[in-house]
Amino acid sequence: MNNLVLLSGTASDSHTWNLVYLQLLLEEAGHRVINLGACVPPVLLADECEAEQPDLVVLSTVNGHGYQDGPRAIAELRSRPGLAAVPVVIGGKLGTGGPEPVQADALRAAGFAEVFDDETAITRFREFITTNALCRTAGTAS
Amino acid sequence: MTGFADAVARAAAAGRLVVQPRMGMASPLEMRAGLLAVRGAGATTVGTLTVDSYTRVGDHRAALTALHDGARLNGYPIVSHHPDTTRAVLDGLTGFPVQVRHGSADPRAIFGALAAAGLDATEGGPVSYCLPYSRKPLRDSVEHWTEACENFSGHLETFGGCMMGQLCPPGLLVALSVLEAVFFRFHGVRSVSLSYAQQTNADQDAEAIRALRVLAARFLSDVDWHVVVYAYMGVFPRTRAGARLLNDNAARLAVRAGAERLIVKTVAEAHRIPTVAENVDALESAAEAAAQAEPEQSFADTGVLAEATALVEAVLELPGDPGEALLAAFRRGLLDVPYCLHPDNAGHTRSHIDDTGRLRWSSAGAMPIPRSSVDRSGPAPDSASLLTALHRVAHLHDARTH
Repeated sequence: MNNLVLLSGTASDSHTWNLVYLQLLLEEAGHRVINLGACVPPVLLADECEAEQPDLVVLSTVNGHGYQDGPRAIAELRSRPGLAAVPVVIGGKLGTGGPEPVQADALRAAGFAEVFDDETAITRFREFITTNALCRTAGTAS
Repeated sequence: MTGFADAVARAAAAGRLVVQPRMGMASPLEMRAGLLAVRGAGATTVGTLTVDSYTRVGDHRAALTALHDGARLNGYPIVSHHPDTTRAVLDGLTGFPVQVRHGSADPRAIFGALAAAGLDATEGGPVSYCLPYSRKPLRDSVEHWTEACENFSGHLETFGGCMMGQLCPPGLLVALSVLEAVFFRFHGVRSVSLSYAQQTNADQDAEAIRALRVLAARFLSDVDWHVVVYAYMGVFPRTRAGARLLNDNAARLAVRAGAERLIVKTVAEAHRIPTVAENVDALESAAEAAAQAEPEQSFADTGVLAEATALVEAVLELPGDPGEALLAAFRRGLLDVPYCLHPDNAGHTRSHIDDTGRLRWSSAGAMPIPRSSVDRSGPAPDSASLLTALHRVAHLHDARTH
């Protein structure tokens, strides 16, 4: 159990302050973080996941294309035999016009463990990573 | 001089600040209407034609498909539209200078398209349009920008003074702006402007712009140059009054420090892409603030010029041409942009905002910055303090206007 989180932007998003902030947040919660930065195409994301074998993958995007870019990213991850089970979450400003619950459900259906796309995103994300770390620690101990 | 640079020089000689929006629409008719509205604003303006994000990343096929399908694009696809279409957009705008803005680490096709349409001004830089927004290796960006500059005969503005939008200390912003302009000059560009983005403290910004002018006079003495200030590029005030105050303060800063041109931000910045009317309003508001401001002759020296000079000299002393020197400088960490995640940036520097609102180095990595310039008394480098720093300017301006 090494609590490794792979943090990444999406293919079309060049923003990085969200990634800088989330890296600090994750490190403060006791995780090790590999931060891939901006504009990460699905193939590169999957290659990095195969190489690093993270315990959690966090996609963050704020350019409003997350509902389109998210499914492409997870489809590539799930197409790789070694990445069938790694938990993947996504958050940020995923649409151009605010949160869209139907689209968020579609992301969950596509395989995202959680979608953080509304005003409560950071609070829920903090809770998620705390719980996730505890589960994994407990799992390792047993 | 070019049409664009000539217009800026004429305004400066008349004591007027040139103001300019960001603006790009996919539709030629809408683009033309936007340019006409900017020309008609009650201010000394130049126009902007911003390309869409497909064109920015070189996916011209996707831009063309979007045009055919009538899909929304977030800018004017200058490579995909026929040069005659772009000429029609500009028809009758003779004498009204227009700059093409793009954000591309490979601007070759864009430079070609704007020249084919009779335009003569654009912007960017091999570092400033690669490190913050792209995954492209810096070496590739330097090669693309070399080729683009060598085939270009117009006016070129550096984006180096705007790196990361916020939290980059002014000494490094000034140095990058100068170094990109030196790169342009080396590759044959004869008319340049040097950018600087408004940061967190007006006195520090004025000192930085003065430093930029001193270094431009020293390193660019044989080309035409002017300075362009960008209204704040970080998290923007949410209230209309706060946003207007910040934009107006950028205009006052530009006049106070002797800059010739200003890129404005609108009251919509925190919420969405602005309308043409909001842009015109921001241009007129900035022009009014500028008209009431006075140039200042002297500024307190807190070391911005010394810091920028040390960085520029350290890079230009490296072997090879300016492009090779920039590559070596980033490889060795002599230039190291704080909070920049690009693989070719060393990533060993950090910055913070001190109690007086000035940007300071928390750690300077391997950059040739004196220890005395590094302030280790800043807040702990945690997520909460980063968030506070990112929102500081927005909060202050929203609070001041309530």
